[in-house]
Amino acid sequence: MAEPLARAAGTPRLAAQLRGWLERHLQTLVASLGRLARAPFGTALTVGVIGIALALPACLELVVVNARALSGGWANALDLTAYLKPRLPDHDATQLAERIGARGDVASARLVTAAEGLAEFRRWSGLGAALDALSDNPLPASIVVRPRVTEGSGDPTTVAVLADALRTLPGVDLVQLDTDWVRRFTAILDAFRRAVAVVALLLGLAVLLIVGNTIRLDIDARRAEIEVIKLVGGSDGFVRRPFLYGGFWYGFGGGLAAWLLVEAFVVTLAGPIGRVAAAYGSRFAITGPGLETSALLLAGGALLGWAGAFISATRHLRAIEPGVEP
Amino acid sequence: MIRFQGVAKRYPSGREALADLTLEVAAGEMVFLTGHSGAGKSTALKLVALIERPTRGQILVAGQNLAAIGRRGIPAYRRQIGMVFQDHKLLHDRPIWDNVALPLVIQGTPRRELDKRVRAALDQVGLLGREQSFPIELSTGEQQRVGIARAVVGKPPILIADEPTGNLDPELALEVMRLFRRFNEVGVTVVIASHDLHLIEQLGARRVALAGGRLAGARHG
Repeated sequence: MAEPLARAAGTPRLAAQLRGWLERHLQTLVASLGRLARAPFGTALTVGVIGIALALPACLELVVVNARALSGGWANALDLTAYLKPRLPDHDATQLAERIGARGDVASARLVTAAEGLAEFRRWSGLGAALDALSDNPLPASIVVRPRVTEGSGDPTTVAVLADALRTLPGVDLVQLDTDWVRRFTAILDAFRRAVAVVALLLGLAVLLIVGNTIRLDIDARRAEIEVIKLVGGSDGFVRRPFLYGGFWYGFGGGLAAWLLVEAFVVTLAGPIGRVAAAYGSRFAITGPGLETSALLLAGGALLGWAGAFISATRHLRAIEPGVEP
Repeated sequence: MIRFQGVAKRYPSGREALADLTLEVAAGEMVFLTGHSGAGKSTALKLVALIERPTRGQILVAGQNLAAIGRRGIPAYRRQIGMVFQDHKLLHDRPIWDNVALPLVIQGTPRRELDKRVRAALDQVGLLGREQSFPIELSTGEQQRVGIARAVVGKPPILIADEPTGNLDPELALEVMRLFRRFNEVGVTVVIASHDLHLIEQLGARRVALAGGRLAGARHG
């Protein structure tokens, strides 16, 4: 007769059991929230610390995402210029441009004839008078090639491959591209991103420790209550449950606080960044945390809180047993 | 129902609370454990509740050898035993209703059944209508009756009480003891540790006197 009472009551149907289980968990969920609300200052402190710990990597990630968006906007910077051999007949040049434009990895190929090139140069350089002194047009015709922007656009290696291909074409004299700085920028961004991941990992660990320690203090404060519950037959799981939900709420609240902090970060930076972008003639605007990032903050926070509470409660509740030496 | 066989208990401090106790309590019986403080009464009850483990000997409760119940089995085992304490051990941050309902909540009793059974238990101890009071608002005697209501709400076959009247004046003490008597009359096995011989004499139940951790002599009162 391990549990004669449960048996005496008959075995309730599965649905009823499930409903009872849900009911109990829901009740504990609400009760543990109420308990936190009754100690608003302490709760706010813990939630705030968790919020900051989660907001920091989220803000850094946002910086990376925006920097990538910005470098994506520099697709023009990846344009290649293929200078054609001097005195290549115009119709050969047109054919060549069409041929290049038909390539799969090319978005557009625009022929700039020698005359157009000269006109453009005259317009931009302000050296009109000097150019007039030349009897001959010194500029070759050129083809401005814009690589097709695909997934992983801005990847310098695909541009380099295209450049190599263009160089082998007959009639092409010289292919100019400067992807070194793009490559460097992307590499720096990748390194930074890795650093953000490490920071996120460390701060996630910090959240575990924060919640774990808070729950440990909570358990100490409720020692007498825990003893009584164990005396009247509460299992480890039953005793632990409210602490797990407590951890869940700490984490969830922390996630919410982090989300607010990230939003505040975006709002604070939107103005200055907009002005910088405007100064560079760009319409770049900072992107806030999307739905996915927001959901990740809330869910991640809740999960970390729950896990921290689980580790702490499992460890510390075992040590509390009623009845020590009188 | 409860059987001690050559049970000894030595605490880590070296104090020997029980030297060699052999005792049998039949199902449906009411037994008083008496003796001076330090005679081993509390320890005997703690062993029954699995709050402590014996150093030597065997204890059988309701056919179960307590030595065979591991840490994980303790909660389920304790649900078969109603426990009443001298200091009531109520949860002071929640109302009477929650205190009495606790064993049922632990068992997972359906919500709609809870209120009925909590009120029935409170009715039995004469505290119906005080569900929403907090322990601090009740007198010591009333608090002890809440403790008893909590012990019996799960309808356990065994009820143990350690000095349940220790803090009560004689009149209230008798009232509380009569309450135990009533539960015993409906078939619950009751074991009460008490040093109040005068009180016990008025109740006419079996007495087991302990001295120095063993039987001092048992007689029927």
